[in-house]
Amino acid sequence: MSTTVISHDAAHHGSHDHHHETFLTKYIFSQDHKMIAKQFLITGIIMAVFAMILSILFRIQLAWPDEEFPILEVFLGKWAEGGRIRPDFFLSLVTIHGTMMVFFVLTAGLSGTFSNLLIPYQLGARDMASPLMNMLSYWFFFVACVIMIASFFIESGPASAGWTIYPPLSAVPKAIAGSGLGMTLWLISMTLFIASQVLGGVNYISTVLNLRTKGMDLWKMPLTIWAFFLTAIVGLLSFPVLVSAVVLLFFDRSVGTSFYLSDLVVQGTILPNEGGSPILFQHLFWFLGHPEVYIVVMPALGLTSEVISTNSRKPIFGYHAMVYSLVGITVLSFIVWGHHMFVTGMSPFLGGVFMITTLIIAVPSAVKAFNYIATLWRGNIRFTPAMMFAIGMVSFFVSGGLTGLYLGNAALDINLHDTYFVVAHFHLVMGSASIFGMLCGVYHWYPKMFGRMMDERLGYFHFWLTFIGAYLVFFPMHFMGIDGVPRRYYAFTEFPFMEKWVSVNLLITWAAIVSAIGQVAFLWNFFSSIWCGKRAPQNPWNSNTLEWTTPVEHIHGNWPGEIPTVYRWPYDYSKPGNDADFIPQSTPLSQTMSSNLLHDWDGNEAGIEAQKAYNREHNREEEG
Amino acid sequence: MKFKLHNRFKSLLGGLLAINLLFVAPAMASIQEQASDTAKVEQVAAPAVTADSTAALADSAATTAATDSATVSASSSSSSTTTPTATTTKEEKKIDPQVYKNLTYYILLFLVLCTVVAVIGKVQSIYVLTKKVNGKYNPLANNTLQAVLLFVFLVGFLGFVWYGYAVWGSWSWRPAATEHGKDIDRMFIITTVIITVVLVLVHIALMTFTYIYRMRAKRKAYFYPHNDAIERLWTIVPAVVLTILVLFGFFTWRSITNIPEELKKSALQVEVLGEQFMWTVRYPGTDGEFGKRNYKLTTPLNSYGIDYNDKNAWDDVKGDEIVIPVNKPVRFHILSKDIIHSFYIPDFRVQINAVPGMTNYFQFTPTITTDEMRDKMNDPQYNFVMLCAKICGESHYNMQKNVRVVTEAEYKEWLSKQAKFFTEDLQKEFAQTEGSEKKDERIAASIN
Repeated sequence: MSTTVISHDAAHHGSHDHHHETFLTKYIFSQDHKMIAKQFLITGIIMAVFAMILSILFRIQLAWPDEEFPILEVFLGKWAEGGRIRPDFFLSLVTIHGTMMVFFVLTAGLSGTFSNLLIPYQLGARDMASPLMNMLSYWFFFVACVIMIASFFIESGPASAGWTIYPPLSAVPKAIAGSGLGMTLWLISMTLFIASQVLGGVNYISTVLNLRTKGMDLWKMPLTIWAFFLTAIVGLLSFPVLVSAVVLLFFDRSVGTSFYLSDLVVQGTILPNEGGSPILFQHLFWFLGHPEVYIVVMPALGLTSEVISTNSRKPIFGYHAMVYSLVGITVLSFIVWGHHMFVTGMSPFLGGVFMITTLIIAVPSAVKAFNYIATLWRGNIRFTPAMMFAIGMVSFFVSGGLTGLYLGNAALDINLHDTYFVVAHFHLVMGSASIFGMLCGVYHWYPKMFGRMMDERLGYFHFWLTFIGAYLVFFPMHFMGIDGVPRRYYAFTEFPFMEKWVSVNLLITWAAIVSAIGQVAFLWNFFSSIWCGKRAPQNPWNSNTLEWTTPVEHIHGNWPGEIPTVYRWPYDYSKPGNDADFIPQSTPLSQTMSSNLLHDWDGNEAGIEAQKAYNREHNREEEG
Repeated sequence: MKFKLHNRFKSLLGGLLAINLLFVAPAMASIQEQASDTAKVEQVAAPAVTADSTAALADSAATTAATDSATVSASSSSSSTTTPTATTTKEEKKIDPQVYKNLTYYILLFLVLCTVVAVIGKVQSIYVLTKKVNGKYNPLANNTLQAVLLFVFLVGFLGFVWYGYAVWGSWSWRPAATEHGKDIDRMFIITTVIITVVLVLVHIALMTFTYIYRMRAKRKAYFYPHNDAIERLWTIVPAVVLTILVLFGFFTWRSITNIPEELKKSALQVEVLGEQFMWTVRYPGTDGEFGKRNYKLTTPLNSYGIDYNDKNAWDDVKGDEIVIPVNKPVRFHILSKDIIHSFYIPDFRVQINAVPGMTNYFQFTPTITTDEMRDKMNDPQYNFVMLCAKICGESHYNMQKNVRVVTEAEYKEWLSKQAKFFTEDLQKEFAQTEGSEKKDERIAASIN
């Protein structure tokens, strides 16, 4: 119903401000998907900067374990007394860095931003199915962020049991300072965050299923939409399980239950809890935790597909295979979580089964990587900054994905579990690859979001610093892991065999610092271009999808007149017989008789007859 | 309009600079205070600090690069004197103003860097503009440049991978010192060969295609939406390769974890209990049986929580390190007292978590003694080490136990020298509780 109302308004009043929006309804409590997307993005960027600063802090500690940096005491106070980060605060840093990056940046910041922006735009909808839920989704997320940051301002410090918050460490405040109030805040923040994800996910799914414009059948949807749609399904099915894990942990901590606790003597005190199992938490956590990495990487894959195809001026290779591999990843992602638990004492036979499912999931991932490369082959590649990031994303996805073959193999995992090898693996395949997917999306859709162009040269500068920096940071870590250096170690000073890695840590930290400073180029570019970037044309990248048929100025309801109808798939780039190297989805087949293939008509008899007649008349070969 | 907007950013930049100067000013003001302070407190430190403050004053007029470097050198000389100052004025907990000053310099340095980048950007755009004016502008020049850069990156990347394998790889790779470790190593190497080939080929394809097929003015891309045969090929080939790896891995995994009952029993049994932040090692003693453990019996004296009502416990031996005989299967029972730890010996390819409330097992056979390993590594100090690999609190990074693999004879000798868990103090305590329990029983009996 709301759709029709909006379309009425939009048709008659165009862009002029009909609702008398106040600042509050336009920028703060907005229900417009474009504004919510921007809110998600900017909040995500702020969280990313915060998490990045945390990572620089612990990298400093790792590179110079014996030196003092009095400046740290200025900012961190007792947590860096005498200019040295304290061990428990170091653990807080890695914990919150991981939590923020995985959940706030790469889940909310990535799929929150681009699902909101692109689902209505690319499907031809006036807005999301439920704008109110959409707004709530953002505000739950925002409050979750605020609570997480607030945990830095309490006396016992933020949560510090690792982002996986395994009990009993996270359940017993005596075991570590961060498991006091900090952990409670973590749990509250995460519950709110999950509420946000569920609200968002329901909305994305119902919008994709119900609000597609005329002609937009599922097989005409861009791969971005397929990725967001499947991501939302994964999220909707797995996030609630994390709520159960989190709530039970909350009970264990605050009410005195024993879901996860048994047989504990913590620092001399015998705890009364009996009968629980810490392994139960790990099962519940990883039932979300593993799909989560696909929640993080699938939107990045979707955005990359679109950007690579557009900028190669070539259809994405194997559109159907791309969709099926996404579907395959979606289904398989639910039955692989046990590979995080090979050495936890889970039944070894079960470990063997999880190993089989885990290695199967590499097949659809490999198909995607090969298809990207086939898309580049014989293209006419335009290297916009977005395209550079897309290429970087493919590179990271391959480099990081391949090492998954070690970790998914239970026998090899014995020696690599919880070492730096794991850190290297997931930072490449889900960290860097997803961040690059996200940045590629930001550079590509910036004109759509803000009506301005970003500065290209700063974009290239940003890309090269980040791309080289990320490899310098994460590639050497593989070798530390093979050597047996465990992750989350405060210093490498206590073991003779780790001493050789201190020099490598120096390299890593310097690379991290330089690429962190490189992000300033992006931040400057992003925020200054909002006001003084070059004005964007309507379709700056000569792209086919529907969002580029909307006016540059944002209006309520997206299209001033009727919503365009869709006649073709989104990848008609460089189609032989057509003069321009792109044909927007809204161009009717009857206008492109010179380039149509017979199967483009999708079994429309009259159309096929007309095409045949046209082909005879113009001596076109009858193909396809 | 545009000009005005531009100005706003210039004023923003100016504002940032002004804020920086604000930072500098109090730092200098307090540095003089500090100088007089420290002169009273400690005369040795004073000259350096005052010398430094004069340098800072000289610097206040202009923040050029030249004076920058001068003060940096001054600051480095003073930083050595800051530590004694800090210790003498501990109760005040004041932070040396030099710290603020250094921060300011770093920020200024960063702004200089930004300016350099901006200047280079401007120069480049002027260059492009002149080319446009001369009519020589090639709109695809930058596109080609990026393609070339990607190709250069490819060369660098392959070199980097090679360097990593050659240098860091040789640092990290040590052959396994256990029987099952050899199987793991073989599989590791096979996997490495496969993925290295794929990594290199994919990157070569990725970054040569981007070079060869970079945008040209008159080219059109080849419309090639799909090719089912190729897609089938690159679905099936990885699937086959993965199937081989899976089968191989599955059987290795089963052979490590699924050990027949009789071999489990015949192995040497060792129990390891993890707690924040240490490991306790228990050998079963002459009877070959561990005494029962009940965490509820934990006392300061009996920190292991051994139940001495079980007579098997009386001869249990406490190992000061993990010592195991070579070429003999050992079955480790891994327990945790408080939170999850992980029993990890990298050289043995052994890892299993220590989980409170349950016992995990890992059985393996060491094949190289510590002495042999020292010869092999050419390092007389080399030791096998068992370390915690699961985040467990602030001293997680230093929770280790030395592991020594020795000959059978050495092992027996070492074991005979180790202390028993059931110490005299514990025996006394036990006798007392035993006595009181008997008394309880008698009372209970008399009531009945």
